[in-house]
Amino acid sequence: MTVAVHPTSTGARRGTGRGRDAVPGALGLLTVVALWEILPTAGVVNPEYLPPFTEVASALADQLGTSTFWTALGQTLRGWAIGLAISMVAGIVVGMLIGSSRLARELTASTIEFLRPIPSVALIPLVVLLYGSQPKSALVLVVYAAFWQVLVQVLYGVADVDPVIRDTARSYRFSRWARFRQVVWPTALPYVVTGFRLAAAVALILEITAELVIGVPGLGQRVGVARSSGATDTMYALVVVVGLIGVAVNASARTVERRVLRWHPSVRRESA
Amino acid sequence: MTSTQIPGATDVTDPATDPATDLALDVRGLKKVYDGQGRSVEAVRDLTFSIERGSLVCIVGPSGAGKTTLLRCIAGLLGITDGEVVLDGERVTSPPAGMAVVFQEYGRSLFPWMTVRQNVELPLKEKGLRRAERRRLVDEALAAVGLTDSEDAHPWQLSGGMQQRVAIARAVAYEPTVLLMDEPFAAVDAQTRADLEDLVRTLWKRLGVTVLFVTHDIDEAVYLGQRVLVLSNRPTVILEDVAIDLPDERDQLETRSTPRFAELRHHVYELIQQAKRGHRPDGEAPA
Repeated sequence: MTVAVHPTSTGARRGTGRGRDAVPGALGLLTVVALWEILPTAGVVNPEYLPPFTEVASALADQLGTSTFWTALGQTLRGWAIGLAISMVAGIVVGMLIGSSRLARELTASTIEFLRPIPSVALIPLVVLLYGSQPKSALVLVVYAAFWQVLVQVLYGVADVDPVIRDTARSYRFSRWARFRQVVWPTALPYVVTGFRLAAAVALILEITAELVIGVPGLGQRVGVARSSGATDTMYALVVVVGLIGVAVNASARTVERRVLRWHPSVRRESA
Repeated sequence: MTSTQIPGATDVTDPATDPATDLALDVRGLKKVYDGQGRSVEAVRDLTFSIERGSLVCIVGPSGAGKTTLLRCIAGLLGITDGEVVLDGERVTSPPAGMAVVFQEYGRSLFPWMTVRQNVELPLKEKGLRRAERRRLVDEALAAVGLTDSEDAHPWQLSGGMQQRVAIARAVAYEPTVLLMDEPFAAVDAQTRADLEDLVRTLWKRLGVTVLFVTHDIDEAVYLGQRVLVLSNRPTVILEDVAIDLPDERDQLETRSTPRFAELRHHVYELIQQAKRGHRPDGEAPA
């Protein structure tokens, strides 16, 4: 019998793989930046609407020196994080409760299918009536959008428990709590992590939308102010910041995924 | 249904206990009818057999004979329609403490998010054993199946045969009265299979555990068992309780080439063929 133990990590090989991918990626990004610089400078596009990259970069540098920028960044991140946390906890708890009972699943299925597709932005008039431009408005929109992402994933996850593993846990007389802790939770975890990644992205979109449209304090609101005062370069600078936040959110969600799911086939394959 | 006593076979068990009265498992009149959507299917009609403490009994039957249904009923994983299953003098209504099951689908029965050691240890934690006791049992079980060096690996890093060894170690560490095995080697290659068969014989002798081994493989049943219960087709009854009077020391090469092994194999094979044709023991001509 052969022992087929793979090394748990092949960091070196993965590192070179990532390095190879990084070269064309960086080239592509450089091309975009170059075009962004050349097109407005050459007059192909109106610099009023699209200032050259260097101007936007210097506007960004100016922004980094102001306290309003950092306050707005903090407000956006706080709103996003609180909304995401509430959605995660609510989605996991509700999903586990519904998922563990067939009756609950059947009772709620049609309601979930009806409520889930409602775009969160359709609730803007409602939250404006309720809270005006307070952070609560953004919170409601963020939670509404992100909650469904988590809930649906958790429901799939709970349904994914293998019957053989369930029998195994039963035959070894696991308690109810142990069956949840040792069987249902680890099985659902990959789905929870996927839900987290999707919810994190959606939450950021809704946070910025609420700030931009309703005027909830944050980066989105600063974008709106920059636009209406004709500071196009500042507006683009802020948009770039929002984009970078998005990239950071996605990257950190992927890191969490790899850490938590070392044993899972999707992660295993990467390291095999 | 009479169960043939095999002289000499009880020598491997604890000589202090009286084998004639000491039953590990007693199945009486077990009947299982599946009810679903206005239609009921009688899977198991009437099964009665008992297993002495410390013996190794194989159940073999044609495919679709309800072997897995029977095993799940005995394990308390499936409710029974009539009759009773008695383990250690107590009626089984839910999975009992004195039983451990090794499933065919080893890859799906082990917890992929745990190491080999954690897999074996978890049921012991659930049992409420203390840390030192758990360590001793896990160490012994892993050593017994030859996996001491792989205790920190995850199941998916091991070959199929090794994964099934982990499942066996987990069951053995649980110290059950009866070890149920549901076609445990159906999904491994022939060479690994022979190794695992010998492992089961070795563990059984060393630990004195009672083994009920369900298989569809006639050779395997005859090679492993002290008795082979041959099942009919559905609805299942026992066709014959065959005593395997082979020497206690078994060897893949020697035992399988003895004339007696061939005779027994021939006999069980014939019974299975009869079962497939629908022959039943209460029918026209008992075998």
